[in-house]
Amino acid sequence: MKILVCMKQVPQKDAPLKLNEAGTWIREDVSYEVNEPDAYALEEALRQKEKHSGEVVVISAGPARSQQVLREALAKGADRAIHLEDNAFVGLGAFNTARAFAAAIKDEKFDLIFTGLQSDDYGYAQTGVILAELLGWPHATIIMQIEKGDSGIKVKRELEAGYFQFVDMPLPAVLTIQSGINKLRYATLIGIKQAKNKPLRKVALAEVQSALGGNLQKIERLYVPHKTKNTQFLEGPPAEIAKKLAEKLRNEVRVL
Amino acid sequence: MADTILVVVEQREGKLNRVSWETLTAGQALAAETGLPLEAAVAGSGVEKLAKEVAGKKVGKVYSIESTGLEPYTPDAFAAGLKQFLESRQPKLVLMPHTYQVRDFVPKLATAMGRTVISDCIGYKKDGEKLLFTRQMFQGKFAADVSFTGDPPWFVTFQNGAFRGDKVEATASAAPVETVNVEIAENTIRNKPHEVFKEAKQAVDLTQAEIIVAVGRGIKEQKNIEIAKQLAEALGGEIAASRPICDSGWLPMDRQIGSSGQTVAPKLYLALGISGAIQHIVGMKGARTIIAVNKDSEAPIFEIADYAIVGNLFEIVPPLIGEVKKAKAGS
Repeated sequence: MKILVCMKQVPQKDAPLKLNEAGTWIREDVSYEVNEPDAYALEEALRQKEKHSGEVVVISAGPARSQQVLREALAKGADRAIHLEDNAFVGLGAFNTARAFAAAIKDEKFDLIFTGLQSDDYGYAQTGVILAELLGWPHATIIMQIEKGDSGIKVKRELEAGYFQFVDMPLPAVLTIQSGINKLRYATLIGIKQAKNKPLRKVALAEVQSALGGNLQKIERLYVPHKTKNTQFLEGPPAEIAKKLAEKLRNEVRVL
Repeated sequence: MADTILVVVEQREGKLNRVSWETLTAGQALAAETGLPLEAAVAGSGVEKLAKEVAGKKVGKVYSIESTGLEPYTPDAFAAGLKQFLESRQPKLVLMPHTYQVRDFVPKLATAMGRTVISDCIGYKKDGEKLLFTRQMFQGKFAADVSFTGDPPWFVTFQNGAFRGDKVEATASAAPVETVNVEIAENTIRNKPHEVFKEAKQAVDLTQAEIIVAVGRGIKEQKNIEIAKQLAEALGGEIAASRPICDSGWLPMDRQIGSSGQTVAPKLYLALGISGAIQHIVGMKGARTIIAVNKDSEAPIFEIADYAIVGNLFEIVPPLIGEVKKAKAGS
């Protein structure tokens, strides 16, 4: 099976984020990491390859820094990488990101494309599904299990409130992968060494530009959310905080 | 082109999903704000009964979009059926709840129509003539006001809990219901879904717990969960967790709170080392009192907390267990 994994670099979970001066985006001088669900998507692709042989290709759209995500994926066992490298990719909505991916892989023949179910920055949860529609492929979302059959695959979709559903579907297909589908591996020293010699194709914005349209939605303003609650901050040494809190639990929350 | 607002309610196996009422409340508010007429639609096979249920609410008209191909749910059939319907009606705004089912088909539907979805919104604003939709970004650390820059229909999905479903306005005289049959060619549907099932029977029903102590990534190691358990025990509550903790296998999946786990509204929710990603917050924001302990003063969980403690949970929890035990012994 030949599998493409779409990966995104996002600000680190506990990175302190600051707004830019225009209030339209964050200041870029923070630490980045791989979008967590994408890490699970990669792991699943590697496991499928180990079972059924084939190839795992990783793709990412973003500035030079995002190459780190691809390098890590190569070190974990991906065979090659495609990097759509340009600062402009950061500001693309899901629709155009999917269009850029579709244009970059037009000469390839994948059986499966995986994405994480959503990104930790925009959180649109749309890119994978849009990509499927652009390619004319079937898709399934929030996947917790994948089994290859004779003529297609059987996947386990997570539904809400603890419900699940198996779905049979033909290949090629796009799947959005849920965190926790597997246990992530670490890159080995040998893997990191080998990654240096693995192919990484760079795609410039100009090469996919003709496939892109105007963004159909625009972030007018980004801001720190308005508080809806009157939060009381309890301060002091731990023992004192514990005392104050116990008092609140007794007199105001009334659970003691 | 009809300038209308259309709410597409969600049904599963012949029952309206409760979150549909929240979206209808949003639609009613937007209709009042913009002066646009409000209509609603339900898609499925034999869903006229559900359309009539919706017609009891304050809405101009309800469509029952019918095809045997719409049952069971598949993204192919829903995108094809709704596309036919929307192209014939051309509403200006299409509102849906941000459920797993909607997430599964609405990006496909919008793409097939050359349109976009502003997804997972928590509210809207009117800025002059412009409509802005507010959504959380960076895991809730920021909010963004987003506008449509292309042509309608404009698709918007609203987060679970963004509007009050119990505030939906009813009407004395039911709205008219129109059945619209859509054609779904057999080869359109490529996925073959099996029956929906529940994994093992859940061992704990956290929805019944009065007190919940929940842990997130800040707990750092599996062995540290013990102190959270001790606190839960001292308080007479249940232990729960955010998704990453259950993904790591540190607590069983049935202890998970959030969009993929259980939705709870206890008397007290004590969040230890939980940053407050949207997916978690939707599962617990209905708690009467929320206490949050987190080392990051900008953690989104503090936005919804009644009592906030910025600090190291490993220093706060042990003396708190002591205080709780003392208080209980004294009472």
